[in-house]
Amino acid sequence: MPGLLGKKLGMTSVYTADGQVVPVTVIETGPCSVLAVRTKEKDGYDALQLGFGLKKEKHLRKPEKGFYEKVKLTPAAVLREFKNFDTAQYKVGDTISVDIFTVGDKVKVTGKSKGKGFQGVMRRHGFGGVGGTTHGQSDRLRAPGSIGSSSYPSRVFKGTRMAGRTGNQSTTIAGSKVVKVIPEKNLLLVKGAVPGSVNSIVEIKK
Amino acid sequence: MDKIKELIGDEERTDLPSFKPGDRIRVHVRVIEGDKERIQPYEGDVIAVKGTGLTKSFTVRKISSGVGVERVFPFNSPKIAKVEIVREGKVRRAKLYYLRNLSGKAARIKDKNQK
Repeated sequence: MPGLLGKKLGMTSVYTADGQVVPVTVIETGPCSVLAVRTKEKDGYDALQLGFGLKKEKHLRKPEKGFYEKVKLTPAAVLREFKNFDTAQYKVGDTISVDIFTVGDKVKVTGKSKGKGFQGVMRRHGFGGVGGTTHGQSDRLRAPGSIGSSSYPSRVFKGTRMAGRTGNQSTTIAGSKVVKVIPEKNLLLVKGAVPGSVNSIVEIKK
Repeated sequence: MDKIKELIGDEERTDLPSFKPGDRIRVHVRVIEGDKERIQPYEGDVIAVKGTGLTKSFTVRKISSGVGVERVFPFNSPKIAKVEIVREGKVRRAKLYYLRNLSGKAARIKDKNQK
């Protein structure tokens, strides 16, 4: 299950041959350069470190500068490790582009979801609210209800779902289908929505 | 959005005539029955045009044997063989959803060219 890094560009619709509309997300995927190869013997696991995008020279820290001078590659903006590549096939400096994906592939897309701020339990956890508006009830419509019992355990259990900061966390959509691959422009069209705002970085894994 | 259109290289349709909300149009829809394809006309009033670019769509409303029927067509759909403008209407709104609550004579749209 290899993967690549990409940038979400936005959504649009495409048509299938028989006229069906398919909502798609356009992702600029790769080309990613291999910055490091992790092997079982050396690192204890197999993986490829991939770089995506460009980082300006002036934004490099000294250790980064040294690293890029050593591997003789242009500095990348985002670095991620991907497991499940056949690491024997790749060496440092190789480029992996979008053509590792084919139409019909099922992919997992991971991104950082849009931040929603402080949200109540209905929006955050899908609670139903408490009861109705009649029988004198006035302000419990969006309330969480009971958060635990009384004298035993005399406390609220850890992990009880409550209101709080929502979104802005790593989210994965599994089973998205690849609708179209445009290798000339490094574009990948995936059916449906993917997490994150436009121009955010996503990981796509096969 | 225009950038995306450019990127994925899909073109908008330019062969359809320009119609507006209030116009009565006849949409020739490609229907596939078994392995045969035929063309089925659907005539009604345009009550809404939504969206831009590749995701543009329009809604056509007609009264079929006393029952209101609305169909939403994607503007760029290959299922649309062609569109004919039957008559141009004179309306003051971009979305004619109020027609849903009217029936009979009240639900008529004035002709643009009629005094």
